[in-house]
Amino acid sequence: MKFKKKQATTKQGIPTASLPDIIFMLLIFFMLTTVLREFDVQVEYTLPEAYMIERIDNKRLVSYIWVGRDGRIQIDDNIVRVGDISSIMYQKRTEIPNLIVSMRIDQHSEMGVVTDIQQQLREADALRINYSTLHRL
Amino acid sequence: MLKRKKKEGATIPLAGMADIAFLLLIFFLLVTTIDVDTGIGLVLPPPVDEAEEIEVKEENLANILVNAAGEVLLDGEIIGVPQISSTIADKIRGNPELIVSVKTDRRTPYNVYIDTIDQLKMAYNELREEYARQSFGVRLQDVTREQLDQIRQAIPQRISLAEPE
Repeated sequence: MKFKKKQATTKQGIPTASLPDIIFMLLIFFMLTTVLREFDVQVEYTLPEAYMIERIDNKRLVSYIWVGRDGRIQIDDNIVRVGDISSIMYQKRTEIPNLIVSMRIDQHSEMGVVTDIQQQLREADALRINYSTLHRL
Repeated sequence: MLKRKKKEGATIPLAGMADIAFLLLIFFLLVTTIDVDTGIGLVLPPPVDEAEEIEVKEENLANILVNAAGEVLLDGEIIGVPQISSTIADKIRGNPELIVSVKTDRRTPYNVYIDTIDQLKMAYNELREEYARQSFGVRLQDVTREQLDQIRQAIPQRISLAEPE
């Protein structure tokens, strides 16, 4: 007697017709969450560390100022002078009124340059700032 | 029969659609940065000419001076950086109206300044934690948005950056 393997009559195989839809859904998610602005950082810096850090939820509001260990200041893709910061930031603030300025300053900088930048920011009325720090464990 | 079928078959092949979508997906996966910005948030005082001079009573002010050598002086006395948070928290418990004024020298190291601000934030966090536990019986990280607003109103962060000379 020959044994016959029992086999379901239904077709095996996963239906792939809706695969593109799933992929598109993922795609749309990533497209919406991506912020394409990336900068070439031309200054060298190491961030200080702190315990009580908070995160900036809305990356679109953030504008960065880098200060390297050699004291050079970079905004967007340009090295700028301290005196130019207020006009640059004023212009940015007209585009984004609730701008957050994230300051990525080298930990061994002196406060002189920080104070100068802060005075410039106050002149430009960009008052929400954030000292970028790493989380100290 | 056959002829009719051929006419109907004028459809776009959909098999490659998934591949195209995958390609785009991989591109966006690669360019997306998941890392979040972390840091210490602060609000600067408005420019001098706009701000009206506010008289602050001497007893409502705690002066912190970080000098060029990286030493921290609280009301004229040297204090170790890790002690700042508990000292300031005690002071605020004694006087809820206290404003902490932070002053730096031009040659103060930036990381000492950050440590100091961090300690102040820690002091306020400690007080808010206490308030949350007393008023709502929950930890600070578990409060609702309304409760958080109430806590923020009850214990505002009064950190003032002193005008540089």
